[in-house]
Amino acid sequence: MSVALDGTPKLRSTGVAVKLDGVRKVFGRGDRAVTALDGLDLEVAPGEFVCLLGASGCGKSTLLNLVAGLDRPTSGEITLNTSRPAVMFQEAALMPWLNAARNVELPLRLAGFGRVERKAKAAELLELVRLGGVGSKRPHELSGGMRQRVALARALAATLRVDGSQEPALLLMDEPFAALDAITRDVMQGELLRVYESTGTAVLFVTHDVREAVRLGQRVVLLSSRPGRVVREWAGAPDDVELTNEITAQLREVISTHAAA
Amino acid sequence: MPQLDRSADLSAVEAGLDALDTPTSDRRESGGARILHTVVPPVVALVLLIVVWQVLWAAAFWPETQLPAPLDVWSRIWEISSDGEILGIVWTSVHRAVLGFLIGVVIGTPLGLLVAKVRVVRAAIGPLLSGLQSLPSVAWVPAAILWFGLNDASIYFVVLLGSVPSIANGLVSGIDQIPPILPRVGQVMGAGKLSSARHILLPAALPGFLAGLKQGWAFSWRSLMAAELIALSPDLGTGLGAYLNQGSSFSDMPTVIAAIFLILLVGVGIELAVFRPVERAVLRSRGLTGSFT
Repeated sequence: MSVALDGTPKLRSTGVAVKLDGVRKVFGRGDRAVTALDGLDLEVAPGEFVCLLGASGCGKSTLLNLVAGLDRPTSGEITLNTSRPAVMFQEAALMPWLNAARNVELPLRLAGFGRVERKAKAAELLELVRLGGVGSKRPHELSGGMRQRVALARALAATLRVDGSQEPALLLMDEPFAALDAITRDVMQGELLRVYESTGTAVLFVTHDVREAVRLGQRVVLLSSRPGRVVREWAGAPDDVELTNEITAQLREVISTHAAA
Repeated sequence: MPQLDRSADLSAVEAGLDALDTPTSDRRESGGARILHTVVPPVVALVLLIVVWQVLWAAAFWPETQLPAPLDVWSRIWEISSDGEILGIVWTSVHRAVLGFLIGVVIGTPLGLLVAKVRVVRAAIGPLLSGLQSLPSVAWVPAAILWFGLNDASIYFVVLLGSVPSIANGLVSGIDQIPPILPRVGQVMGAGKLSSARHILLPAALPGFLAGLKQGWAFSWRSLMAAELIALSPDLGTGLGAYLNQGSSFSDMPTVIAAIFLILLVGVGIELAVFRPVERAVLRSRGLTGSFT
């Protein structure tokens, strides 16, 4: 197992978008230490859609934080071959003082885009998530689903760079639809797939919903809980009831092992 | 199992959801109704106060030297208004307070940012800042006069010690109340320390900061009045505090009441004319209209 000295994700030219190699993350020290992730290996190819599935405590969010560079692994190595990963959270987390268009412009502004280009790209991205007409609305004037779509547009904007270097993009999504009602969630899943197909970004999507994982992911990766490890993976198949049942059974099994302890 | 065609009507469903789920904008009161609700109650309260005052004066419980007639006070205000003296008095005080307040903002804002974001600084001067906020800044007047002499520097020193802690503390509490997800979003978008402060922390803390500014203004104003009351010198000109002091020296009760009334009027006037509309606009634009409906 190689240990990255500085612990931050490294950029390297390989055939993979993200590579996690024996990643381990421990919170706290001594007796009270909690191992969130242990010996986790995972690869995501450029343009691939991978769903991470697991119950509470499997370290899904920890994993995304590590890949996003918000936190450092205790040991192991994370290799990124993409532009800075964009992150979408369960909450839209839009800036309440900015209207929808300016929220999308914010990452462009931070990246140093000029004013005209910012406006054009933000309008384009809002159009992509079918919110062309609401750029001037504030977050509190939008529904939950619309806010998440603005957040999606903003995440896509965060993958753009001024020099236009076409590094593959990576979108990290942390249960982004969990707080939405069933119908909106269904629509949002379709919307995400459509946007995914039109952008070719790689997606690492964390969820605890088996149906969602099976519908969205080209690959579904099941994680165990405390510590999180890869248990098994499947190729995703939309609307495959048998696969959904099989994964659900295995997920239940993983959860059941914690009952005795 | 019948397969649901998910792509075909997705856009229509989505458009329908958008239309149904969009929060309906709150109905605004008409101009007339708003004036009725905001202007009438304080006017009625003021009229009642004057009526009670008039009745107490007419009953003659206290000698005229202690409780002057409302009309006497009014004629005193009218007197200084008609010869234009009032402009000079009010301007002397207001321009000091505004200038002192603006300097306070320039000092208090970076100070608040440092206290809020740098742990060592917070541990070191956070308690001091809160302590200074509860220390009446009039306590600094004697020291200021000994240090700087009877001049404007003394007065600004006292005003700054009144306003800076409030402004800095307002910003600190504004930053402390930011939902943690917002700075995290900034971080994943690649915002550095400075751009995070500029694009995320400061705008997100604006409601709390505005509350601090409002308090900072109130503290500037009352510190200034305290300083003007105590620090008297021909070089300093006649502000409202000095005018109040004059009234007191000549046992001229109508002048004293008139001065207090003017001090109150300026304090409330600036709050209503400047801070209230700004606060209202900021909160409304963020959908935080609870307190105004």
